[in-house]
Amino acid sequence: MSATGLKLAGRRHLLPGLRLSLAFTLFYLTGIVLVPLLALLLRPLSMGVDGFWAAIWTPRVLAALRLSFGMAFLAAAIDAVFGFVIAWVLVRYRFPGKTILDAVIDLPFALPTAVAGIALSTLYAPNGWAGALLAEFGIRIAYTPWGVLVAMTFIGLPFTVRTLEPALHDVGLDVEEAAATLGANRVQTILRVVLPMLLPSLLTGTAMAFARGVGEYGSIIFIAGNIPALSEIAPLLIVTKLEEFDYAGAAAIGVVMLMASFGMLLALNGLQGWAAKRR
Amino acid sequence: MSSFLNGRSGLRRRSFRNPTEDPLWLKWLLGAVAISFIAVLLLLPLALVFREAFAQGFGAFWAAIREPDALAAVRLSLTAAAIAVPLNTMFGIAAAWSVAKFDFRGKTLLVTLIDLPFSVSPVVSGLIYVLVFGMQGWFGPRLADHDTHILFALPGIVLATIFVTFPFVARELIPLMIDQGRDEEEAATTLGASGLTTFLCVTLPNIKWGLLYGVLLCNARALGEFGAVSVVSGHIRGQTNTMPLHVELLYDNYDYVGAFAVATLLAMLALVTLVLKSLLEWRYAGELAAAHRH
Repeated sequence: MSATGLKLAGRRHLLPGLRLSLAFTLFYLTGIVLVPLLALLLRPLSMGVDGFWAAIWTPRVLAALRLSFGMAFLAAAIDAVFGFVIAWVLVRYRFPGKTILDAVIDLPFALPTAVAGIALSTLYAPNGWAGALLAEFGIRIAYTPWGVLVAMTFIGLPFTVRTLEPALHDVGLDVEEAAATLGANRVQTILRVVLPMLLPSLLTGTAMAFARGVGEYGSIIFIAGNIPALSEIAPLLIVTKLEEFDYAGAAAIGVVMLMASFGMLLALNGLQGWAAKRR
Repeated sequence: MSSFLNGRSGLRRRSFRNPTEDPLWLKWLLGAVAISFIAVLLLLPLALVFREAFAQGFGAFWAAIREPDALAAVRLSLTAAAIAVPLNTMFGIAAAWSVAKFDFRGKTLLVTLIDLPFSVSPVVSGLIYVLVFGMQGWFGPRLADHDTHILFALPGIVLATIFVTFPFVARELIPLMIDQGRDEEEAATTLGASGLTTFLCVTLPNIKWGLLYGVLLCNARALGEFGAVSVVSGHIRGQTNTMPLHVELLYDNYDYVGAFAVATLLAMLALVTLVLKSLLEWRYAGELAAAHRH
């Protein structure tokens, strides 16, 4: 207590309000976020290790986890490629309507996921605008695992574009001019100068898209068809287990997903530290 | 120097091409890829929402909006947002004030924890409250003894909404207020202003646009949240169904006009949010967190 008093009297804490603001911050954070998360993390203790594994190690749960993580990875990869092209076009080229196009990128952030879900589902259903067209080529999207991929790609796109845009601004034409002056051709300049500079941002955006895809629920459940062990994502399985009052089973999947979130958060913090160091 | 270059290019009869400028064919190709990807993936679903809502004319649309359960859903969503957004705004200001204006140990950890709800799946966000307040949860049986309802009622919906919108205001204000430093506030305090006066007259004018930006995004997510609210709501039609949950219910009952009619309200909210957000980024770029400056 005396140490705090000393610090508060020192020059570094000239401003008032630290105790009040920090106390409210910690109280609110603990009550809303930390205690409920603890309730989930402690839940497996009451199940025992065997009970926990028994809840996770079933074909249906494993298939759901594989689908959520696998498709999220694929969707993040697609978002990385197209996000790069879109960011490049938005940063480097000038054309009419660019401002509107740039604003539209954030649509998946702003549009409620349930709305996106029913729209994508109707669009890609066999009698929908896109679904009917694809059906002629024998491709089915809605009510298959590919529906999951479409919804995850939709939801993840802003992450890659929005992290790449400022990084592309930072690259600056002078670096590319220098490379060209030193005899590099355009492809060499892009591959060996621009891409390495963008790599931290590209990885950060892709990881964010992946993390969002793994946990996504609303935009997926309408288009996926939710066939157990085929197109049933892990978050939906949690909901199903809750509806069956299987709290232990729901909590077990929840813990796995929460651990994955923590892992992604750590990886992202590491990536951002790396990106900041390279600036 | 320039005459040398001119002479050389004249000699070789090659026009000068900027090495950082992409050739025209590549510009067209990349532009076409970017625009068609955005059009198919993002704009087509949005257009479809409005198309389906008015598929049977304006009358059917209007009747679906005016339906009592739809109105109850709108009211519930607005109520939940009206509680969650101010609370998270207060939290965001308090967190940003303590992080930006003071030095203390564990600050990095605190900022990471504030961001945590963004990386948690919406369904898990709902699940944690079920494990706290549900009948098999920590406080469930005791709450039932006192006939207090948290789950499947407004408090649960509000809690889940607060959780998923938790970081919006804080993560906007923290980098902004760190950027702005402490000099102005310290000057005000030295000249005798109280803490409240310093905040209202010095800090608030500096952060108002950033604050509005955070509140705007927080509000959009609060009204549109689906997964977390779905887990704690209980889905009682006309009572605990928020707008997105009502959309799901109508859609699952094959009432497509009704589902898309309510969905247009949410889509309009998204469009208004996007327009205001772009306006803020364009007009007040210097007064937002650096990440949103264009």
